[in-house]
Amino acid sequence: MLSRLLGPQRRYLWFWVFTGPFVIGLAVFAYIPLLWSIGLSFFDAHNTVTPTHFVGFANYGSMLSDTAFTSSLATFAVFSLFIVPATYALSLALALMVNRLRFARAFFRSVFFLPTACSYVVASMIWKLSVFNGVRFGLANTVLGWFGADPAAWLSTTRPPWYWVVIVTVRLWLQAGFYLVLFLAGLQRIPGTLYEAAAVDGARPGWQVFRHITFPQLRATSVAVLLLLVINAFQAFDEFYNLLSTARGYPPYARPPLVYLYYVALGQGQDLGLGSAGAVILALIIAVVTVVQARWFGLGRKEA
Amino acid sequence: MDTGLRGLARALRLVILVALAVLFLVPFYLLVRNGLATESDITAPNWTFFPRHLQWGNLRELFDDPSVPMLHALWNSAQIAVATTAGTLLLASLAGYGLARIPYPWADQVFYGILGTLMIPSAVTFVPSFVLVSSLGWVSTLRGLIVPTLFSAFAAFLFRQYFLGFPQELEDAARVDGLGYWRTYWRIVVPNSAPVFAAVGTIVFIGSWNSFLWPLVIGQDQQSWTVQVALSTFTTGQTVNLHELFVAAAVSILPLLVVFVVLQRFIVAGVERSGIDD
Repeated sequence: MLSRLLGPQRRYLWFWVFTGPFVIGLAVFAYIPLLWSIGLSFFDAHNTVTPTHFVGFANYGSMLSDTAFTSSLATFAVFSLFIVPATYALSLALALMVNRLRFARAFFRSVFFLPTACSYVVASMIWKLSVFNGVRFGLANTVLGWFGADPAAWLSTTRPPWYWVVIVTVRLWLQAGFYLVLFLAGLQRIPGTLYEAAAVDGARPGWQVFRHITFPQLRATSVAVLLLLVINAFQAFDEFYNLLSTARGYPPYARPPLVYLYYVALGQGQDLGLGSAGAVILALIIAVVTVVQARWFGLGRKEA
Repeated sequence: MDTGLRGLARALRLVILVALAVLFLVPFYLLVRNGLATESDITAPNWTFFPRHLQWGNLRELFDDPSVPMLHALWNSAQIAVATTAGTLLLASLAGYGLARIPYPWADQVFYGILGTLMIPSAVTFVPSFVLVSSLGWVSTLRGLIVPTLFSAFAAFLFRQYFLGFPQELEDAARVDGLGYWRTYWRIVVPNSAPVFAAVGTIVFIGSWNSFLWPLVIGQDQQSWTVQVALSTFTTGQTVNLHELFVAAAVSILPLLVVFVVLQRFIVAGVERSGIDD
């Protein structure tokens, strides 16, 4: 019996010696919280993690009928409409340009990749207090002043919603280099013979080659990049929190889902039941979006 | 025929790249500029690109000012990042090796169980994880900041993929010499896998040093603030001397940039390997 459990040459034992600590830890710190939280979402859990008052789907009902929650989803939608195409276009354009360089390729890649090492907190700080600080000594308003324009109150006005410029540019700066590296790797994998064949067929370098060779060959990379961009946008928290929150609290606009969830679950109410219901709803939305997007782009379909 | 045109296109491309590179570097410059400027140079209505005075004393001021708990926060971050990196490398590499190399009938199921946690976006689990950590009594402790982050499915996945491609002959030679799995791993596999350890290690270290949401949720009293939480408190809350805030941020980021530049080729290799080749 024991020897069957241990396996031939005790291989099963060794398997668990190697993977056991990791698997147990993952179970404790990933699966248990998840299940516990699903449980909590059916209880009235103010300030407690061992509630007794079962409320059924009431938390889900109040979450879904809360306009603050639904408007946080709208905020995410607007945010991803800006940030996903912008990052995609910029990182692809940078990759195409860097890839065609004959010298200093590593240098330019390093420069664009460098912001990846910067934290969202520090970047938000630079954007909020130095570039877009809404007073005349800010860099953006100084530049506007050169053209005779009036200073803009970047983060503290909703009409017009200039805060989107700040939010989108900070993430663009931080993440473009990461996707540039992914695109560069994709470009390197395109066989050179395809370009030679295209040249023989009379395709003109530039747009035609990009349209018929490069872009289709980058399909797998593009799908992965778009998926990552949407999932990451959905989880945005750091830059929103650090750019918009002030000593007077968080303004009533530009609250993405995680910021909303943060204040529900850990703000004054500490309503962990409601917060857990929100987390479950968000996890389901992410799962659905991921699957739909993967289907739409035909993930797993073989390359032509 | 159109070599002149192509030369022009090449020159234009270079000009655009240089302009964008400068633009990408400006925020780093602003960080250092404001960190070494006088308060009036930061807030002067006639803002200038170069500060009028360089004030190296800002650095000393940061470390002497007891009202700004920046040194303690830096120390917390360093402990957390080192412990998280070491722990993750150990746990994830062992798991990755077991999954890649030790035959076990349920190995696939275990692997999918690990991959499944990648599907749960980590940021959505902060509420449930907070629930668990607070019931363990770990709020505002370094333990609470480190232990839950040690089990990275992503790192285990990278190690497994790497070990699948590890030359089997090297291990077979060790096996012939009578080494078991354990000693083969430590004497043959680990010493020959420096690049993957460097790649995963730097990615984990930078991620840990820069992470914000989890330390914000767990580090509720000032003693347990990480440097990101401390910087954020002064960015979003009460005003502080701007030059002190910027010099603190510069101190928090410069060591990381050095590590990043030195180890960049490993990071790039790690990013490239991180799943696109499915």
